[in-house]
Amino acid sequence: MAAERKTKLSKNLLRMKFMQRGLDLETKKQLEEEEKKIISEEHWYLDLPELKEKECFIIEEQSFSLCEDLLYGRMSFRGFNPEVEKLMLQMNAKNKVEEVEDEAVELDVSDEEMARRYETLVGTIGKKFAKKRDRASYEEDENGHIKPTVKVKKMFLKPQD
Amino acid sequence: MAEAGGITTESVAGDRARAARTMLDQVVLPGEELLLPEQEDAEGPGGAGERPLRLNAGTRSRGRVVCGPGLRRSGDRLLVTKCGRLRHKEPGGGSSGGGVYWVDSQQKRYVPVKGDHVIGIVTAKSGDIFKVDVGGSEPASLSYLAFEGATKRNRPNVQVGDLIYGQFVVANKDMEPEMVCIDSCGRASGMGVIGQDGLLFKVTLGLIRKLLAPDCEILQEVGKLYPLEIVFGMNGRIWVKAKTIQQTLILANILEACEHMTADQRKQIFSRLAE
Repeated sequence: MAAERKTKLSKNLLRMKFMQRGLDLETKKQLEEEEKKIISEEHWYLDLPELKEKECFIIEEQSFSLCEDLLYGRMSFRGFNPEVEKLMLQMNAKNKVEEVEDEAVELDVSDEEMARRYETLVGTIGKKFAKKRDRASYEEDENGHIKPTVKVKKMFLKPQD
Repeated sequence: MAEAGGITTESVAGDRARAARTMLDQVVLPGEELLLPEQEDAEGPGGAGERPLRLNAGTRSRGRVVCGPGLRRSGDRLLVTKCGRLRHKEPGGGSSGGGVYWVDSQQKRYVPVKGDHVIGIVTAKSGDIFKVDVGGSEPASLSYLAFEGATKRNRPNVQVGDLIYGQFVVANKDMEPEMVCIDSCGRASGMGVIGQDGLLFKVTLGLIRKLLAPDCEILQEVGKLYPLEIVFGMNGRIWVKAKTIQQTLILANILEACEHMTADQRKQIFSRLAE
């Protein structure tokens, strides 16, 4: 069925810039390498013999960042700018450890909030399937949650003399 | 006459070439030549004398030495071009041997270096690029596409007079420096326009490096005073912001003065401020 088949995105679409922003460095490098392999014979190249470079043991660098392990330039203290504080942790950890693996995947929604939402969800979905007579019994509880009020069963009342 | 003079100066310079190893943390002056460890052993006592046994011969030979700021390569030796203290850092983690040598000098004038993060002031907006003053000999150019999420239709909101935190992609003596506010992955990672308010002031380059050192006590103490935000540019510019103007000014004065204070004087001042 059409609904079961996953929509396949064409290669050209995947190569567009907005699709590649979320990719890792590695996948980007792989894509670039694949593109380079498609080089056809029309590309010109120099037909020179390989020149041997003189072995030089000294490399000149003008940057201080290679010499001293400097911290990241933006800093924030005592919560003045939370985004910068997050960046500080990221950047300074990158300097110390090459591979930074996420220790625990941060939950977007906490467990408590999830339970609360689920509670109200049961009420709202239940209301959809209740019969018209029962829908009136769904009232707003405290906190604004929609819950069905417990119906008191009507018993036969004996007439009093 | 000229030849004889040339030869004598050469021999004098050759005699004065000292081993880099012995000059570590000492003051060196421009014009001095330094020998690297491998050459020093070779030029030492000849075959008749004792050859020092090298147990770790593998690590010493064939290592690439990096000569950092203040040093230049002249043949097989290092030539000092700035006055200051000679420093050395061993390579970490068993990577390609040799280590890094550099001269720890002090200066106020910044020369753009590729990869440095700097604070610039936008001075002009011409067509597709901004001209940003970084304190060098000429203003750096910053393309409007070099911001995160910028496209031809979606231009960044940058005005003349704004402060920009960015890094150099092109910075050499032959070309106009170019900077960007984006890293190699295309993310901003803290770069871009620096927010409203705050104070920008200039200090020496050596102080910036001292403050950005991993074990800097000054920053740890400053961070305990009150909530604040600082941005350090490698071109000697610091931008600070705190909740009130008075706090901002106090912070700026501390950072400017801490260059010439001893640790005790600094602690006195901080204890007075904490009251």
